[in-house]
Amino acid sequence: MNTILKKAVLPYCKGCGHDLVARNTAAALEQMGTDPLDVIVVTDIGCHGIIDGCLNTHTVHGLHGRSVAIGAGMAMGLDGQAKKIIVFIGDGGSTIGLQHILEAARLNLDMTVVVHNNMLYGMTGGQTSGLTPCGFRTTTSSEGNPWTGYDLCALAHTSGAALTSRVTGMGQISGQLREAFETPGFSLVEVIEICPSYGVRLNPGKKLRQIIEESGRLPGRWVNNREPFLIKQGEKTGNLLEELEAIKVDHKSPPGKPVSIVVSGSAGEGIQLAAGIMATAAVRSGCHVTQKGSYPVTVGVGFSTAEVIISPRPVIFHGIDIPDVVVVTSGDGLAHCKRRIKAMKRGTVFADTSLELPETGAAVVRQDFRSAGIRSACLFALFRMSADTGIISLGTLHRTVLESRLSPKVPVDKIMEMVKG
Amino acid sequence: MQKATEKQTVIVDGSRLVTEAMARAGADAFIGYPITPANLLYQYSGRRMPLFLPAPDEITALQWMSGLAATGKIPVTATSFPGFALMIESINMAYMMELPMVIVLVQRLGPATGTATCGAQGDLGLLRGMISGGYQLPVLCGDGFEGSWRLSSLAVQIAARLRTPVVYLTSKEEMMTRKSFNLALLDDISAAEVPMYTGKDPYRSYDKAGKGVPPFLPVGNNRWQVRLNASTHDRDGILQHSTREALDNTMRLQDKAPGHIDQFTRYEYDREEGASTLVISYGITAGAAREAVYNIRESGKKVSLLVPGTILPVPPGYYDITDRYERVVVAEENTVGQLAGILFGGRLPGKVHTVGAAGRMIVSDEIKREVLI
Repeated sequence: MNTILKKAVLPYCKGCGHDLVARNTAAALEQMGTDPLDVIVVTDIGCHGIIDGCLNTHTVHGLHGRSVAIGAGMAMGLDGQAKKIIVFIGDGGSTIGLQHILEAARLNLDMTVVVHNNMLYGMTGGQTSGLTPCGFRTTTSSEGNPWTGYDLCALAHTSGAALTSRVTGMGQISGQLREAFETPGFSLVEVIEICPSYGVRLNPGKKLRQIIEESGRLPGRWVNNREPFLIKQGEKTGNLLEELEAIKVDHKSPPGKPVSIVVSGSAGEGIQLAAGIMATAAVRSGCHVTQKGSYPVTVGVGFSTAEVIISPRPVIFHGIDIPDVVVVTSGDGLAHCKRRIKAMKRGTVFADTSLELPETGAAVVRQDFRSAGIRSACLFALFRMSADTGIISLGTLHRTVLESRLSPKVPVDKIMEMVKG
Repeated sequence: MQKATEKQTVIVDGSRLVTEAMARAGADAFIGYPITPANLLYQYSGRRMPLFLPAPDEITALQWMSGLAATGKIPVTATSFPGFALMIESINMAYMMELPMVIVLVQRLGPATGTATCGAQGDLGLLRGMISGGYQLPVLCGDGFEGSWRLSSLAVQIAARLRTPVVYLTSKEEMMTRKSFNLALLDDISAAEVPMYTGKDPYRSYDKAGKGVPPFLPVGNNRWQVRLNASTHDRDGILQHSTREALDNTMRLQDKAPGHIDQFTRYEYDREEGASTLVISYGITAGAAREAVYNIRESGKKVSLLVPGTILPVPPGYYDITDRYERVVVAEENTVGQLAGILFGGRLPGKVHTVGAAGRMIVSDEIKREVLI
């Protein structure tokens, strides 16, 4: 009994290459003098995965094809610690989890993936995998696989793996495995085997070397001279709440009861920003506010609507059914709030002169808001609303704009003149 | 700009509060894949979480989280249904391996990709049945900013304490709506603690501990061998078919969340003496329910309110409350009554009525009408 392997007899079929891989892995680690507890062997579903119980290393047995990904997480978590993460995976697992292999190679995570490529799904009945060579017979391709298998080594190498090698699963392969284990960064060793239960039986007379030669996936070794993965993080804060602007109450002039305002325009025209400034101005006036955004999935196309409630008391529920006030500055915005305008039996609609409003019970105030520029139209309309309704004072709104990052970008003085004029 | 201190009024969204709360509770890694309406959590986590990594897809995200958790981190992610659906097999894995983590599920209108920018409460049924075998992982949901702060931090603490994935359930309007808020209302949060193995005998990864939660050791430690296993396994973490010891271990998992429910039962019960009707609502719809209850009482009628914060497993105490009422109205933002079904079964008792909506928020008048009918 040696230090890596716990058992002398491994649980594989006679002649299975998985046995060879396990013993050579153990031999390589022992040649390196590695403490078993410095090794984490990650396996998943497939015959290779039943090796766990035979190992003295840490073992993690995961989901089919995901062993590389969970191993990647460990590599990130153990960043900087001298541990060996060795992932065992089959050709089926490599097919379903191909993205995980490419990602780990791209990042050059410090780990080794040992692919047990016996050219079919052995555990589930000998079906064709993504690595089955063209012409190789499986239980689901009795005439021979019509398609060429992935060149996994080429994919890993071009994705950035520090070391990739393909070896024939015969004889001693501990040297190739050791080289991979000692390579900083991501290494992948594809071991080509033949499954004694299916591969041998379905492909009588074919030798492993012959199959490899016919497949064109020849043994080899490919290197990228890269630094292994290093965790790089951007600037951090220890408290997200400290980033917020403290809003001080200038004066107390809240409305007597909650007022619901729908501000609707086009995406990219500063609707949410303008509504946010109004919300800030309301808090400065001693009000409680909520601001719910509504927009399509596209960022710069279609409507953009902000639903704002300004209240003398905390707002329990921020949904708005029929609003008290609608501010609408574009056709997109109108289309989105037409139903509500139609349903209004009271209140006020502030609308750009270009818009054709539906029948409504609300009072209508029209002005050419877009004359202030499309990115300032909404702010202009909110100034108008403020001047006409007194929900928040025009002066407070004006001051809030001047102190905001919007200030240099909008013609605030011109808007004030137009509102007063 | 004057920076906010912890006692000042600000305008803030729920995503910022939840991210901060989870970080204070001990979450130290965020693995993300962008998806609306969870993107603000992703954005804030990049600056707040000690470790932030962008995954190439949601399956990878959960696998990376599991790997990080195996090394001793408490990772978090945030997603919505399409991403969550991809995560489910891996969440089952983390449940079976007993790895602490929190998945923030920001609900949006489905089915499938539905409408990314429209809120909903349509994923609870999925959460009830997502673990094969019908087992249950903890699902918590806050309402309002204070509730979101408390319940999202509790999600991290419970994940650590019970060594389990926890879902923090929320929705688009709770995570994206901005509100004025006094930061002084936020409670202090204590950092989570994972129960660690300190014994002198060789470590058995799934050895039955006093309360059914095996103490933890990270992979890679140099004291004892650690084995983690997603397949049916014995106490050592070695794959088994269906041996007694392995099945006992699985049964222990079945009992883990229900057996510790007292540690994470959170709800608000606003009882009115003499009321015969109870309104039940959670998350985003709880605000409408509160408003409805306020208005009903203003009109001189009696009504009580139950707002569950612990959604799953269902705390038995909820039934002690519902049994007292002749009429129960369950309000939730879906049209099939998922919470009602979970609480009362597929064939609702005659006293249970539902208020639902799809593609819009439920408003208080709808709840009020159903209560007063």
